Amino acid sequence: MAELFTVGETIRDTKAPAGPIQDQWEARRFGAKLISPANRRSLSVIIVGTGLAGASAAATLGEAGYRVKSFCYQDSPRRAHSIAAQGGINAAKDYRNDGDSIRRLFYDTVKGGDYRSRESNVYRLAEVSSSIIDQCVAQGVPFARDYGGLLDTRSFGGVQVSRTFYARGQTGQQLLLGAYQALERQAAAGTVEVHTRHEMLDLIVIDGKTRGIVVRDMVTGALETHLADAVVLASGGYSNVYHLSTNAVGCNTTATWRAHRKGALFANPCFTQIHPTCIPVSGEHQSKLTLMSESLRNDGRIWVPKEAADGRRPGEIPDGERDYYLERQYPAFGNLVPRDVASRAAKNQCDAGRGAGPGGRGVYLDFADAIARLGRAAIEEKYGNLFDMYHKITDDDPYQVPMRIYPAVHYTMGGLWVDYDLESSIPGLFVIGEANFSDHGANRLGASALMQGLADGYFILPNTISDYFAKNAGTETTDASHPEAVKAVDAVRARITTFLTINGDRSVDSFHQELGSIVWEYCGMERNAEGLQRALGLIRALREEFWTNVKVTGTNEELNQTLERAGRVADFFELAELMCIDALHRLESCGSHFRTESQTDDGEALRDDAAFAYVAAWEFTGDNAPPILRKESLEYHNVELTQRSYK
Amino acid sequence: MKITLRIWRQHDREAAGRMVSYGVDGVSPDMSFLEMLDVLNEQLTAAGDDPVAFDNDCREGICGMCSLVINGIAHGPEGLTASCQLYMRHFSDGDTIDIEPWRSPSFPILKDLIVDRSAFDRIIQAGGYISSPTGAAPDAAAMLVPKKDADRAFDAAICIGCGACVAACPNGSAMLFTGAKATHLGALPQGQIERNSRSLAMVNQHDAEGFGGCTEIGECTAVCPVGIPLDMISRLNGDVLSALRHNTT
Amino acid sequence: MPGACEIARPRMLASWLDRAYGRPMGTGNVVGLRSTAVRSSVALHAAMAVSGLIMVLFLLAHMYGNLKIFEGRQAFDGYSGYLREAGEPLLPRTGALWIVRVVLLISVLVHIYAAFTLWHRSRSATAGKGGWRYETTKNRRGVQRSYASFTMRWGGVVVGLFVIYHLLHLSADYIAPGGASPSPYQRVVNGFSIWWVVLSYMIALIALGFHLRHGVWSAFASLGTNSSVARRRVLNLVATFVALLILVGFLIPPLVIFAGWVR
Ligand SMILES: Cc1cc2nc3c(=O)[nH]c(=O)nc-3n(C[C@H](O)[C@H](O)[C@H](O)COP(=O)(O)OP(=O)(O)OC[C@H]3O[C@@H](n4cnc5c(N)ncnc54)[C@H](O)[C@@H]3O)c2cc1C
Ligand code: HEM
Ligand code: SF4
Ligand code: FES
Repeated sequence: MAELFTVGETIRDTKAPAGPIQDQWEARRFGAKLISPANRRSLSVIIVGTGLAGASAAATLGEAGYRVKSFCYQDSPRRAHSIAAQGGINAAKDYRNDGDSIRRLFYDTVKGGDYRSRESNVYRLAEVSSSIIDQCVAQGVPFARDYGGLLDTRSFGGVQVSRTFYARGQTGQQLLLGAYQALERQAAAGTVEVHTRHEMLDLIVIDGKTRGIVVRDMVTGALETHLADAVVLASGGYSNVYHLSTNAVGCNTTATWRAHRKGALFANPCFTQIHPTCIPVSGEHQSKLTLMSESLRNDGRIWVPKEAADGRRPGEIPDGERDYYLERQYPAFGNLVPRDVASRAAKNQCDAGRGAGPGGRGVYLDFADAIARLGRAAIEEKYGNLFDMYHKITDDDPYQVPMRIYPAVHYTMGGLWVDYDLESSIPGLFVIGEANFSDHGANRLGASALMQGLADGYFILPNTISDYFAKNAGTETTDASHPEAVKAVDAVRARITTFLTINGDRSVDSFHQELGSIVWEYCGMERNAEGLQRALGLIRALREEFWTNVKVTGTNEELNQTLERAGRVADFFELAELMCIDALHRLESCGSHFRTESQTDDGEALRDDAAFAYVAAWEFTGDNAPPILRKESLEYHNVELTQRSYK
Repeated sequence: MKITLRIWRQHDREAAGRMVSYGVDGVSPDMSFLEMLDVLNEQLTAAGDDPVAFDNDCREGICGMCSLVINGIAHGPEGLTASCQLYMRHFSDGDTIDIEPWRSPSFPILKDLIVDRSAFDRIIQAGGYISSPTGAAPDAAAMLVPKKDADRAFDAAICIGCGACVAACPNGSAMLFTGAKATHLGALPQGQIERNSRSLAMVNQHDAEGFGGCTEIGECTAVCPVGIPLDMISRLNGDVLSALRHNTT
Repeated sequence: MPGACEIARPRMLASWLDRAYGRPMGTGNVVGLRSTAVRSSVALHAAMAVSGLIMVLFLLAHMYGNLKIFEGRQAFDGYSGYLREAGEPLLPRTGALWIVRVVLLISVLVHIYAAFTLWHRSRSATAGKGGWRYETTKNRRGVQRSYASFTMRWGGVVVGLFVIYHLLHLSADYIAPGGASPSPYQRVVNGFSIWWVVLSYMIALIALGFHLRHGVWSAFASLGTNSSVARRRVLNLVATFVALLILVGFLIPPLVIFAGWVR
């Protein structure tokens, strides 16, 4: 393994102020230098991404008076992938008087992340969570209300308090529209320039500071240089490295990976979350997977036939011949065990040949008992839209036959490393939302990603970025003719030309599919040294083939979706390799990362705090060169480390 | 199954377009419509032809990016379904399917089946928001919202901004989209202060973008993937007329 | 779209000025919103709805008057005379009638002006092709549109032409199929004894029926009264009722005359 990476200097300063945790954010805000409103117009910032994180940041910085340029690859900022989030958003409002508090949300998040996140950041997240709800309500987000007109909440993701605010099954959509509308308001006011159908393809770093990006106009193919005093990446997660995931098909790592290649550390890439309740793959043609909300597990019972390769239809299998394996293995939590536990259990059943349906990759989620107990109307009221969606996709009626579900990749906790200010290791490059690694450790709690994206964009970044501006920016001017900018554009152009001239005989999608199946097989729900080594070999070989045999039709000077995908897949190859290296080096099981070598006698994850209580931040050293591992050690002063148990 | 497709091909904004026929073999009923197009594109790529460009992203009916007129119906034959949520089991072996982009001069075609819908963003820019600068919000519980109003706002706010309403409207009107936004924000107490100016500004921008007026035909509601009802247009009409009568802006 | 930015630009400029002088941003600049909105499609539809509904009210009264044909020549001619004398002595002779005529004329002009302006806008919003702008010939009739809704424009033209013909015939006594007469009663009876007069009248009325079936519903919706799915159903029932009432009410006299029951 030694030749795969080298170990570099430890990261010591995360810029979190000293002092009691509850005073740190206040201290940081007070310590941060401010920019007077009159001077803000002379400062510019580029924001890549218009999801919850990017749109909220762009709107807020625009309101503050900075000159903002916002970019997204879709045709409208409103279509960023945040739109698809269903379940809800957490906030420590304690409207229920059920014992919730900032400290409890902080504690739940750190524990949920299996003690692999940074205390200071998580505490701050919990602290600002409640302002998010205020902000969104003021914007007109139609959260669910009770008959008294008060905001309704539900409990979500295995916590004991009811702190999840929601807007039916479309919370992400409603929150994003709020942020999008705030963004468009600033566009009308002239503070934000919105560039849709523009894809960032490289970062421009001049004299050690981030100064801009190279983007491709996806309609004309023109390569453009955009310069600013700071750059913010809010480009989302990289689940699509697995090809099949619950993410939108366009989600990609290009923005973050290109920044990584320019010097930004990439932290914990192997921490990827698998969601247990998704609609299984139906065939070769599958292009994405659809999530069925976790809330279904409240009433559905999960089972498989006891007999392997049981060919009968579910209705023909009598109760005695069914294995309700979660209820059997985890009597205390039953069907409600955390995502990673439920996912792995389903995989194990299917690996043992007991999987249901075509291909044997699926387990039953059965509502027959719930319907008998509560009546069909009650189930319809609670889950009607989910049942309809399932019916639409599979043509099976879940009121009549049990649903079939299987785990799918859903979220990536890893991302670009950032400090307390959300600044990456390149000065002037800030990273927010799912694109950074910060708050969820090795596993994210349900309804916390939306909270984090908006916390970063509305409240945290706007405060910390001013300090950077005050200390660094506006001093030197530069233009697109700067050698570094020219170099970046040339490199992008060269890469595009390469894609277009290989003219091999395999399509981009076929490479993506194959890469995805390798990563899913060896760096998915369960990982071990042998498999990861194998995966590294396979990925490298496939990558080589990609660069000699891929077929990209058309030209650069047109709308060319194949070319767009080629660039994204090329970056996924490199990221996949780093993921495997990261997974290989972390010889412990924690959160979503399960190493078969590190488990308890009864097959549960075994964490190794003595050896691995650190963030693994990777430094890029060149193509085909071993990356450098930089550790940021994690210290816990406010929570006690315990092993999870759901028995 | 084997399907014949007739697809609108147009190289760029300026170019002339035409319908071109393709055969696709091995289509499974469990494929989504877009996955069937993926299969076609793999086929075209293998043959060295230009794949068909079409917009899509989430592929689960929420982002509003997909936009196909299938056999003359925006988003295809199934009600309450976006193009990406349509499955091939609703077609039969041997079918010929015609696929075209949204057609509206306000949505210029960029390539093949892809159109430019930035007009919708500009309608929102004109007034489709509640002004509430970050940090200025009162506590969320300070204002009660009757459940009825919150639900009404929600029913309007689920518009995915796809533009099917425009594609289907014989008048090329975008009033369903605009009405949904006016209803969403206008149903909430937070949205009252700007209600008049918002509806005027959005309607003015709607017209300036070149969209036609609404004659209450309802084709839009028949194709809307999320079921935005026609009364939301009437609500906007009412708001505009009251804003014209009362000078509160 | 050349027109696309006409509105966005001044707004943007105004907000820049706002910022420079420290005034509030956002919808701060609303000058001109109302004067622009007066020409919006929404406002034109409202004008159309009001003028249309005025004409509907007139038609209802007119229909009621027509039915006096059953009370015989005296009553019918007397009613015709009454229309000219109504309001006396407060108003001069035919004063009230002229007020009604002026209001109707304005309504007709407003209605036609708005109709053609909106027609033109719809045409340019669909590259001149309306609902037939797709290459495919499948589903050209749309998914749910009614016959009435897509015959509004040409149906309106038919109605308009008929109104002119109708005025020339029965009001001005200018063209006189079946023979001119100073007695309105006689003009009506003479006219409707001829099969093609009755037929043309019937065709025009059916066109009017369709126009009103959609028009009355549309008028209410344009004025903002369609506030829910339930209300939509009610308004459509009202529209159907009004259309049928007017259709039947106007058809009775000519048919009865043609059948020879009134002479
Ligand atoms: C199906 C589903 C359901 C979920 N449900 C929940 C939930 O209930 N609660 C919860 O808390 N979380 C949920 N999540 C997770 C959550 O939605 C995401 O983590 C979060 O929305 C990410 O927001 P973001 O702003 O970081 O990025 P995104 O919303 O992914 O936005 C990324 C933006 O970056 C742009 N972009 C990306 N690459 C480039 C590039 N190269 N150039 C230019 N622009 C680029 C895109 O155009 C886009 O605008 C869910 C996720 C999924 C997939
Ligand atoms: C010259 C004759 C006429 C023309 C050209 C005409 C044309 C039109 C047109 C184009 C519309 C558009 C409505 C739509 O498309 O939905 C309309 C609406 C309407 N018309 Fe007419 N029309 C005429 C005469 C009449 C008459 C005589 C009446 C009543 C007795 C009438 C009543 C209405 C009403 C109530 C509406 C609905 C208004 C709205 O859309 O809000 N019209 N007409
Ligand atoms: S109203 Fe319906 S059809 Fe129109 S944009 Fe919104 S979701 Fe699409
Ligand atoms: S692709 Fe997102 S709605 Fe169809």
